[in-house]
Amino acid sequence: MNILVVLRMVPDVVEELEIAPDGKSLNLEFARMVLSESDDHALEQALLIKERDGGTVTALALEAPEVDEVLFAALAKGADRALKITGPKEGVTTREAAHIIAGVISSEPGLKGADLVLTGTQAINDLDGLMAPLLAQELGLPFLGIVTGLVPNFSARVALATKEYPRGVRGEFEVALPATFGIQAAEKPPRYVPVAKVRAVMKSRKIDCVSLTETVEPGFSLLQVLEMTKPQPSGHAEILEGSADQTAGALCTILAERGLL
Amino acid sequence: MAAEFWVIVEHWKGRVSQITYEALALGREVADQLGASLHAVLLGHNAHELASTLGKADCVIYANHPLFSEVVAETYAEALVQLLKERKTRSIIFPLTNVSLGAATLLGARLRLPVVNFCTDIQFAEGKIQAHCILYGGKIESRVAAEGEPTIFGLWPGARPADKGFSERRPPVEEFAVSLSEPAIHLKKYMEPAAGDVDITQQEVLVAVGRGIQSQENLHLAENLAKQFHGAVCASRPVIDQGWLPLSRQVGKSGATVKPKLYLALGISGAPEHTEGMKAAALIVAVNTDSGAPIFNIAHYGIVGDVLKVLPALTKAIESRKGVGSHA
Amino acid sequence: MGGATLTGGNPSSPEVTLDNLLQSPQGRDLLTCIQCGLCAGTCPYGDVMAYPPRRIIAMLRAGMLEGVFKSESLLACVACYSCMAKCPRNIQLTEVLLPLVKEQVFLNLAELPAELHKALDNTLRYGNPMAESPRKRAAWIKTLDFPIRVLAEDPRPVDVLWFVECQNSYHPRGQDVSRATAKLFHALGIDFAILGNEEKCAGECARLLGEKGLFDTLTDYNMAVFSKYHFNRIVTSGTHAYDAFTHRYPAAGFRYQVEHTTPFFAAYLEQLKPRLNRTLHYAVTYHDSCCLGRHNGFYEQPRLLLQAIPGVKLLEMPHNRISAICCGGGGGGMWLDTYYKAKGYERLSERRVKEAVTTGADVIAVSCPYEISRFEDALKVLGHEKKMIVRDVTELLSEAMEV
Repeated sequence: MNILVVLRMVPDVVEELEIAPDGKSLNLEFARMVLSESDDHALEQALLIKERDGGTVTALALEAPEVDEVLFAALAKGADRALKITGPKEGVTTREAAHIIAGVISSEPGLKGADLVLTGTQAINDLDGLMAPLLAQELGLPFLGIVTGLVPNFSARVALATKEYPRGVRGEFEVALPATFGIQAAEKPPRYVPVAKVRAVMKSRKIDCVSLTETVEPGFSLLQVLEMTKPQPSGHAEILEGSADQTAGALCTILAERGLL
Repeated sequence: MAAEFWVIVEHWKGRVSQITYEALALGREVADQLGASLHAVLLGHNAHELASTLGKADCVIYANHPLFSEVVAETYAEALVQLLKERKTRSIIFPLTNVSLGAATLLGARLRLPVVNFCTDIQFAEGKIQAHCILYGGKIESRVAAEGEPTIFGLWPGARPADKGFSERRPPVEEFAVSLSEPAIHLKKYMEPAAGDVDITQQEVLVAVGRGIQSQENLHLAENLAKQFHGAVCASRPVIDQGWLPLSRQVGKSGATVKPKLYLALGISGAPEHTEGMKAAALIVAVNTDSGAPIFNIAHYGIVGDVLKVLPALTKAIESRKGVGSHA
Repeated sequence: MGGATLTGGNPSSPEVTLDNLLQSPQGRDLLTCIQCGLCAGTCPYGDVMAYPPRRIIAMLRAGMLEGVFKSESLLACVACYSCMAKCPRNIQLTEVLLPLVKEQVFLNLAELPAELHKALDNTLRYGNPMAESPRKRAAWIKTLDFPIRVLAEDPRPVDVLWFVECQNSYHPRGQDVSRATAKLFHALGIDFAILGNEEKCAGECARLLGEKGLFDTLTDYNMAVFSKYHFNRIVTSGTHAYDAFTHRYPAAGFRYQVEHTTPFFAAYLEQLKPRLNRTLHYAVTYHDSCCLGRHNGFYEQPRLLLQAIPGVKLLEMPHNRISAICCGGGGGGMWLDTYYKAKGYERLSERRVKEAVTTGADVIAVSCPYEISRFEDALKVLGHEKKMIVRDVTELLSEAMEV
């Protein structure tokens, strides 16, 4: 069972995000990058499957600030191989990233034959599309997203996948392998890896580097960002005045306007 | 022939989802701005009757196929590829919910069409169809135009009030034949959540109670309100410590971190140990008798009052509002 | 300075690990254990520990230490130094043995308790356990009506480098303490500066918990930052930071003089006294912090400061000085409340507050950043928040100063 996990670094929202001088993009100079949360779950799910059923786990990521730490941590957690794609410009869109990554997967021996391609179901900067279905389309694989449980049956070449629906309902799907999955949550929370172990791996293991095979011409994302802004925080709640009935009614209206009722 | 503007109808377990009506309300506005006709695209199996409430659209395009009994992104994409060979549209609005997530991207990838995700609004301005999108968990807003048509828009819930997309008028239905290949994905069964088995991190609406709820006996007030939202009750540490709710319902430094669409903080002071676990909620409403409670610094809306009075008033107000309109 | 034996402070001694433990001086001490059980008896969670220190040493001698690694029992150790302070053989329990064993327990755990996992991830990534932005660490200084020098902006030599600490930088109550501390430095005319956003956690609680890699990473970082600037001494509000700098960092080459704010201000008592003009009509009971008290012997300095405040009446809790009951925040305990609750353990901060209330005092005075939020929380849970308040010693001094 060969499992490929696609990891992406996204701007860390714990830090204050700043808009670049062009008014249309993020100022990446001050942004710190962090592993996309559901990608962390995708890695954990891959490791759980490997522990249960055997196989190899390869972690794959585009070059980005702080990606080395993430890839070494993946190795320390139990991934067999970590691969970094060098060469992309800073701040690629999801669609551009998917195209580059799919290009490398298709051309790199050892990646093309993956039985499972796992990545997070959605990232906070997926403006032009979601990674999992984009990869699925480029690689010619079936796709299922919002997956919270994954049990592959290698010999039968199928996997049982659990998908989340509204209100706690779950659906159980049978998916023919090889396939791509967008992982929402691993069956267990992502494991902790002691810092000493990561430091040891940094000394004893290597991250393989491969340069990108597909270039992405400008306009590839087919979108034009006209403007980016930060919503101004008020720092304090808007207080609704009146009796319990009055304030309840006013609140109701606000909630209805937001589609929450 | 006038240009077309499409809204994909989301339906699940035999009912049209509320987000479809929101999308139709929005679609109606933009279609009118464009001078285009609004079409609701319904992919279903023996689902003809669902078209009856979609009258905000000028017409329903309906494809009937057994494979549409369940929503599988690939099947939807395949059908829409065929539809787009026969008809042109300027835009397609896809609802962004768990039911159909992925279909918009897949269609855009198959036909090399622009996909604009995370939209909260769409309008026609400066000669372009523009979307207003929210990124980075709500920290950044973006105005986006697409290079090419048809443009696919992924729309968040709440763009317009659902009742503005609802209509008593029965629209004409145009049937469209599709021929679909057997997907590699099959739904085997649904699993309903076990009673009492609530994962508060997966809830869209949380009714959070603090010491202001006063006693365990008053918890049912919070439960009633949570039911109105199909949400769940959670709590700050003191309530859990008293044993009024299980540990799985705790929010904060010592509990879960939650990011619901709506967090109602009732009788919670807003100590950092609590807010650490919920400050990323999209909309925070706080009720507290103390106007100086720190919770009001991170809430979007606040009511200075007694939780035990406001809670039942709110439940009543929602119930009477729901009496208006008989849709989802 | 009284208290327990310094250890690990000799830069030329090799690092003690489980492999070389029995060959080291500390390890040979272990072999002198008389199995008296004072450690287990004095441990605040001794009644729920499957492996109190006495039993760990017995297992070590029997060559059966692996059995301890597989037990979760050591997660109940809050590194309060009670066992080490009472040990008739002066065995370096909290200092040496327990962190080494805890490190293995850690590695053997199937799943780390979620709150602890978050705190450790956050400390590594953001330099503080609360997932607050490092770029906001010094934001609190803007709330003062006098400026504080930040060395990154003004790197000229300074007398005191004030190491503020994480809770005191980010937590609203911690910021109250920081403002009070700044006011005292200012009133005394101390030449001081802070690292500002360059400051990161000193890592002591990570070390006590067994996360040695995290501690080493933070030590490397902090040593590099210190080496950029010129200062005579470090004064810190963090009791665990004080321990790290005094007992651990010398092995990494740390040569600076270091003090904790409480004994530091006590040395300035004569200058402070005339400034303490306002009478505070408080009955105060002082809670001895584990690091400051049992570990380093600073029992009288905080009491001298409190007694210098007009109107303050000092009342002692039955367990005071060497017998003080830990607030439960050390050694990772700060992030294990849910874990302890799930196991049904009484929260130590509640046990301590119950005792404080019996003194009839109005105020629990503290010197450790964890204690404020832990005791305020316990007062609320026990329904005593109208009876008692929690104040840091510096807050009381500041309150007693003329405005």
